Amino acid sequence: MSDLLSLSAVAARAALDAGEISAPELTSAYLAAVEETAPLNNYVAVTAERALDMAAASQTRIKSGEAGLIEGIPVGVKDLFCTAGVASTACSRILEGFTPTYESTVTANLWREGGVMLGKLNCDEFAMGSGNETSAYGPAVNPWTGADGVELVPGGSSGGSASAVAARAALLATGTDTGGSIRQPAAFCGIVGMKPTYGRCSRWGIVAFASSLDQAGPFSRSVADNALMMQAMAGHDTKDSTSAATPLPDLMAALDKGVKGMKIGVPSEYVMDGMDSEVVALWEQGQAWLRDAGAELVAISLPHTKYALPAYYIIAPAEASSNLARYDGVRYGLRVEADSLDEMYAETRAAGFGEEVQRRILIGTYVLSAGYYDAYYLKAQKVRRLIKQDFDTAFETVDAILTPATPTAAFPVGRKVDDPVTNYLNDVFTVPANLAGLPGMALPAGLNSDGLPLGLQILGRPFDEASLYSIGRVIEDAAAFSAVPQRRAGGAS
Amino acid sequence: MSVDKSTVARIARLARIHVPEERQEKLSSELNGILDWIEELNEVDTGNVEPIASVTGHSLPRREDVVSDGNRVDEVLANVPETASGFFVVPKVVE
Repeated sequence: MSDLLSLSAVAARAALDAGEISAPELTSAYLAAVEETAPLNNYVAVTAERALDMAAASQTRIKSGEAGLIEGIPVGVKDLFCTAGVASTACSRILEGFTPTYESTVTANLWREGGVMLGKLNCDEFAMGSGNETSAYGPAVNPWTGADGVELVPGGSSGGSASAVAARAALLATGTDTGGSIRQPAAFCGIVGMKPTYGRCSRWGIVAFASSLDQAGPFSRSVADNALMMQAMAGHDTKDSTSAATPLPDLMAALDKGVKGMKIGVPSEYVMDGMDSEVVALWEQGQAWLRDAGAELVAISLPHTKYALPAYYIIAPAEASSNLARYDGVRYGLRVEADSLDEMYAETRAAGFGEEVQRRILIGTYVLSAGYYDAYYLKAQKVRRLIKQDFDTAFETVDAILTPATPTAAFPVGRKVDDPVTNYLNDVFTVPANLAGLPGMALPAGLNSDGLPLGLQILGRPFDEASLYSIGRVIEDAAAFSAVPQRRAGGAS
Repeated sequence: MSVDKSTVARIARLARIHVPEERQEKLSSELNGILDWIEELNEVDTGNVEPIASVTGHSLPRREDVVSDGNRVDEVLANVPETASGFFVVPKVVE
């Protein structure tokens, strides 16, 4: 069984087509892995029966030569994606029992290409968090264990997705990234996560958090698997007015292009006070790998970097307060009865939303309220333009940018934090790409002295995911990251 | 700009979230912490900068103003907490 779990998606596809393994076999192995790693709490619902049906259908298509891009590959789905007939709750009590009658475009694309749905994955409530600790289902846990066996967060918001892929309880998984929610958990769990360009993946059928920032993307254990999944899930969709018509190039072909002659920017502003020295060392190592592979490293400046997080914490809550107005106890989900309509709204939303979500709705309401709109919201939108211009200027001279993915490795579950701002600082390296709409990839590059994975991030020009896969492949080869988490399925421990 | 208890109560009412009085103090200090940190933006000179709401670079697509979907009452009502005769049911709003 464990042999099946160690196959990459690309290798599994080849083995399926060659008839060396069957789709039901592969799916059964993963369903067993899901069960084995259940204490990590990374799944909130397992759709075993559906998975076996889909795998059987995949097997038929493989035999008749009609296999899709990810035919027969077991995929986990972040609970933020609406899946027809399967409860979709954004890990919030307010969506308790909500069963969509429709399928999100991204998951529909994955099933069209033959993906097999294993179940729904844990995440922060409405994707608001950096540790998967705000979930109504309780925290998901990182399969990597800290010193003295302490349990660590998998990152967030797509924590269940990253945990499941790292623990071999899914071969691929979907995530969404509004301020780092794919890249930060990928880094914390030692896997590859990609936030594509804003507009690359349709947002239709994904529970909205901050619509001008939200993007879906893939999680995988290798760069090639990531490109394969990206190819299957992306594409223009008329049901999302911000979806881009820009054609997606052949990402698999980009994998072996190398970086010879590429100019890679290294932004001086990404050296932060109090940054982990091991993170800095790894970043320098990453630069050396790319230089050795023929790239030219160029010092660049992104002068407004330090303002990205505060701008984000105005824009994202403002958009969230508007998006989450729809949870009113009338159309779907939880309802707390009260005497008047207004009281029913207020009681339903007080009972249904967790603390962090309430805090962000209140901040968003405040910055949009009369008298404060210009001082906060408009100001943040102006700063957002300056951040985007920083990148536009940088991309006149460089082809991509290399940064650390996170300021630290994964932190313990239940870490006590007095001030919400401390948690927000996790996303310091990832948020700028969301504000500017750029593609960003996080991938594992080494271990720290506690044996925990650390990641690097590559940022690219809009719609140039292909270069990120070329660069990512070079880093992957150079890093030769082969460490595996303690609490993985099929592991000896 | 500081958020006191009464401001918390006011924005909670605007957001239609019932915040019990005993939680207002803590929330006001948390919100103030976040807002103090956000004040950093005032260091940035944005005098001649236009605000940006979208990074797509394309204008929103248009289509003919015709009905393209519909007749899905059952689907629309499938998850409704309370329904009657094909309608949403809410507490009485008129006397």
